[in-house]
Amino acid sequence: MSVRLYDVAHARTGDKGNLNTIALIPYDPAWYPVLCETATPERVADFLGERVRGPVTVHRLDRLPALLLVCARACEDTVTTSLYLDTHGKSLGSVLLGLPLEAGAAPWPARG
Amino acid sequence: MTDDLVIGCGAGFAADRAQPAVDLVERGGLDYLVLECLGERTVSLAALRGVSGSGPGYDPMLRRRLELLLEPLRRTGTRLVTNAGSADPVGAARMAHALARELGVPATVAAVHGDDVLDRIDTSAPAWEDGLPLDAHGELVSANAYVGADALMPALRGGADLVIAGRAADPSLFLAPLAHSLGWDADDTDAMAAGTLVGHLLECAGQVTGGFFADPGRKDVPDLARLGYPLARVAPDGTAVITKTPGTGGRVDRMTVIEQLLYEVTDPRAYLTPDVALDMTGAAVDDLGGDRVRVSGARGAPRPEDLKVSVGHRAGFRGEGEISYAGPGALARARLAGEVVRERLGDAVGRLRVEVIGVDALSGASADGHGGDGGGAGGGSGGGRGEPHECRLRVAGLARERSAAEAVAEEVAALYTSGPSGGGGTRVDTREVIGVLSTTIARGDVETGTVVFAAEEGA
Repeated sequence: MSVRLYDVAHARTGDKGNLNTIALIPYDPAWYPVLCETATPERVADFLGERVRGPVTVHRLDRLPALLLVCARACEDTVTTSLYLDTHGKSLGSVLLGLPLEAGAAPWPARG
Repeated sequence: MTDDLVIGCGAGFAADRAQPAVDLVERGGLDYLVLECLGERTVSLAALRGVSGSGPGYDPMLRRRLELLLEPLRRTGTRLVTNAGSADPVGAARMAHALARELGVPATVAAVHGDDVLDRIDTSAPAWEDGLPLDAHGELVSANAYVGADALMPALRGGADLVIAGRAADPSLFLAPLAHSLGWDADDTDAMAAGTLVGHLLECAGQVTGGFFADPGRKDVPDLARLGYPLARVAPDGTAVITKTPGTGGRVDRMTVIEQLLYEVTDPRAYLTPDVALDMTGAAVDDLGGDRVRVSGARGAPRPEDLKVSVGHRAGFRGEGEISYAGPGALARARLAGEVVRERLGDAVGRLRVEVIGVDALSGASADGHGGDGGGAGGGSGGGRGEPHECRLRVAGLARERSAAEAVAEEVAALYTSGPSGGGGTRVDTREVIGVLSTTIARGDVETGTVVFAAEEGA
């Protein structure tokens, strides 16, 4: 069965200049290890496609728990000078929630 | 023993609703109300308005907000702190002072100025965004340093009822009254961090009480149409309970608070403000129930040496045009229309983007086929996306010259009769773009000051 981030986590997108920040927060902390394994810089950049042009940095906040992704856009794709309809990139976190989880080393908790 | 301080946020951006702030003052038991009204570009636009004489250099909505707030603020003994002074805090304070007298609720109003540093920034310094010198981006129209709590302190100590600043950093608007009232020393970095964390959580107003949050069936928000705005009860040790105006819609719980905690944070170990480097990695978020969440555990390191500066520049002109298609073949017709526009414009426009709303306009095409022309499996959602019943072409171009930008709008408009079959609902627009870049300035080069308009009782 296909499980997406959307099924186990919620997200909030922020913007600053030509960066987007995406917080990924598990509904159930038991899924945090799976999020950590899934949301690698490579997979996130690949899944978000053309809008993310630069590096993706992943910060772990183990105490909350939550992940914070910082995604660099093209130099000229700033909030004020972007040509995209969503100049801020506010929609990117919602897009990312479509990322499928892959069964890997971290065991999947039971889904309630 | 010092009592807790209660501080609320009645606006999170320039165009925010006005009434929730009134509800907060009436029913929130506040000591302080903060209105955060500046985005990255707001000050640049305000500066241009002031220069051109087309409007006030301060937030044009400030007067309307104050018309609603001045009487309840006075009746409840609540003090106001805001950055709605924008590019003209002294002008804003003068207006507020006159308005208060006019309404029969005289108030002492203090303006905090000195964030305007256009005459002293190093224009050859690289912009953070692209590493190119600031002055390689066209005419610079504004430069405002993010000033901190220390700039707001004299006005608070002087007893002003209303403190109106320009480009004060958002969290500093909250930290200053907290530090003033709870007796925190600027050298106590953990206290500065705690107050900054409170400010960071409140500064976007409804975004911590259920705004920017709802996702039906997964994250439901009660009575979203009547969203209440937030307040924090802050103890002298910096521990805070975040809640919202009683009897309003929305929700405050671990989920809403954690989302806002991480909002627009680029380094959770060092969230930099003019006041402190906040480390939020040890923060604890405890749900107390009843729309109450306790936040504690912020740690601080000394404030950055330099201040961040937002620099506004004339970035050219953006021309945009949209047209819709429906029914079988709609997407192919929209794509064809886009190709027609692209071919006709050639290289007349410096940057051009052609996209289809409902398909790839927000986030662009993605590697695995969500977005784009439906060639993929719909982002793993378990089925192809199929063709949209309706779709809307959008073409946007950025050019140095207005005439080139207008050509974008003209070519989209011409699709009515000369483009693919059945195009309707055309909208076009051309406007100047003020871009914003970031740089820094040495603290010693920024000199803030306070101008006080004293209340004249009985006047």
